[in-house]
Amino acid sequence: METSVWIATLAAAITAGTPILYAALGEILAERAGVLNLGVEGMMLVGAVTGFMVAVRTGNPWMGFLVAMLAAGLLAAVFAFLTITLRANQVVTGLALTIFGTGLSGFLGKPYVGIPLPLSFKPVAIPILAEIPIIGPVLFNHNPLVYLTYILVPLLWYYFYRTRPGLNLRAIGENPAAADALGVNVFALRYIYVIIGGMLAGAGGAFLSLAYAPSWLENMTAGRGWIAVALVIFAVWDPVKALLGSYLFGGVDALTYTLQAATKIAIPSFFLKMLPYILTLVVLIIATRQTVVKHIGAPGALAIPYDREER
Amino acid sequence: MRKGWRLILILLLVLAVTLFAAGCGGKKEAGNNQSGQNQPAGGQAAEEKMKVAFIYVGPIGDAGWTWAHEQGRQYLAEKLPWVEASYVENVPEGADVERVLTELAEKGNKVIFATSFGYMDYVIKVAEKYPNVVFMHCSGYKTAQNVGTYFAAMEEPRYLSGMVAGKMTKSNVLGYVAAHPIPEVIRGINAFTLGARSVNPDVKVKVVWTNTWYDPAAEKQAALSLLDAGADVIAQHQDTPGPQQAAQERGKYGIGYNSDMRQFAPEANLTSPVWNWGPYYVKVVEAVKNGTWKSEDYYGTMKDGIIDLGPYNDKVPQEVRDLVDAKKQEIIDGKFYVFQGPIKDQSGKVRVQEGQKMSHEEVLGVNWFVEGVEGDIPK
Repeated sequence: METSVWIATLAAAITAGTPILYAALGEILAERAGVLNLGVEGMMLVGAVTGFMVAVRTGNPWMGFLVAMLAAGLLAAVFAFLTITLRANQVVTGLALTIFGTGLSGFLGKPYVGIPLPLSFKPVAIPILAEIPIIGPVLFNHNPLVYLTYILVPLLWYYFYRTRPGLNLRAIGENPAAADALGVNVFALRYIYVIIGGMLAGAGGAFLSLAYAPSWLENMTAGRGWIAVALVIFAVWDPVKALLGSYLFGGVDALTYTLQAATKIAIPSFFLKMLPYILTLVVLIIATRQTVVKHIGAPGALAIPYDREER
Repeated sequence: MRKGWRLILILLLVLAVTLFAAGCGGKKEAGNNQSGQNQPAGGQAAEEKMKVAFIYVGPIGDAGWTWAHEQGRQYLAEKLPWVEASYVENVPEGADVERVLTELAEKGNKVIFATSFGYMDYVIKVAEKYPNVVFMHCSGYKTAQNVGTYFAAMEEPRYLSGMVAGKMTKSNVLGYVAAHPIPEVIRGINAFTLGARSVNPDVKVKVVWTNTWYDPAAEKQAALSLLDAGADVIAQHQDTPGPQQAAQERGKYGIGYNSDMRQFAPEANLTSPVWNWGPYYVKVVEAVKNGTWKSEDYYGTMKDGIIDLGPYNDKVPQEVRDLVDAKKQEIIDGKFYVFQGPIKDQSGKVRVQEGQKMSHEEVLGVNWFVEGVEGDIPK
């Protein structure tokens, strides 16, 4: 393959990986706070459809993006209420959220199927940086939503590991009782992180319908929400690793077509599509070994509802 | 006491969500009345209407395959006021088909149009149980006493669109986003390639398979990979304008499919081979009503008007239009046949001798690429 094709494939990997990255970052926030939200797919779909609806109505994709985040955040708030306040089972509630989100988005989006978007997010080359050979076209010739993640990922990393609120966040996920004893408001913080997590999932959905496709189609996330959930484990709850992982998963997506268009290598596309899940399984196997768990394991209180009276 | 509060809260929440959903849905209905408009107003005519049903693989708004059939249904409802034409959309090619077909037959539909290849076996199965219902299956090859098939020589307009692409390319590399490796798609790729090479013998056609009929994101991604590999005109055998949008984004050209796709890619879309099902649907339903319908294997042509080459983009120069229009007339007059020899396959072996034509059966079952196509047919 020529270098230009490699560059194009890497750039396509980033575009294809970004929606998964948004959703995975959101899920990392929620899971770091000790809440397992399996409703990512549903929240992404609701984000995708509301974002598209608003962007079509207003002609402003940023407006759509904003509303997508709010709508998915609202859905996450419902989830938070059920699991944090009412202490419902997180796995069951998450699955219910996905099913609800899938249905709701299909219902809302019905009249918008096949309608063209007047204005979508278009790639914008960053001056100077885009001129750098290889790195420029791969990293700095994308739509604004991709650049947003370049800022978001280091920001989250810094927040997690270098700030006091970040420490509190990890504490309520590891040992909420101890955090509570120290005067950290476990309930309020869990609410906040679950809702922000949902907003990011909505952003991932809006990326699909406003920049990647750009159109609305029932069930258009096509399992990307579940890939994001898997990616969180793959990335061991670390935003930087989530970035790399999502580009890897996105690369598999992009490679499916590039291999056909630019080479004579005939790897069945079904095989390639299977790879992200195999990789996740491998990481799961490694991550469950006792010696490793201490270093990179899941948040201690993940999926366990916090109840003050049960201390 | 706390338990009671919880229950009330949950109930309120469910209520709020339901109301929210209903409210949004209601507004949407009002904004989109194009589908409702064409439904015959129930109860207006006292006499019994003849019921006809369509089942679609995609949504009616796909701007592609299903949209074209839906135009045909609307045409039918408009031309024959005594027909009540309903549809079921988004029926995937799976076990659900049997249920949907059975329901439609039970509801008293006299003619059922099944508009996707993968419905074939279900159509045959259900048709056995309802001998008094006429089933029309689009693009298949199995018929029965009460099952007819219908399709058309899309290779004719595809050949013409290939000529346009061959004239407009600068890199001499054309890209083709293809759905599934079945004869219908392979036939289209061959016709497109023959057309392109008839005006520009240096042209190569690169093929990428998406393994889906309908997935805007995947189709666009596949088109982008072809553009990255050097193609500067993107043709498609897909049901959404995704590939056209990719061409538009990169400032290259595209050839659409199913319907005029210029509105989705005004700068890029040069023209599109299009379907025009309406008149045929009228003919079939009238024949059933008059009792003259017989099971047949209908294969329409451009002469019948069931297929055509859509309008040109302003960017297509007059000389190219003249050239293509002249060839179109030759096809309509029966002076030119798309699959006439000599035709070589990818290895350079002559598959159709000079002066010979591929038979209808050979055309329908084609499983090899002509010379000039780059790509494999997955087994």
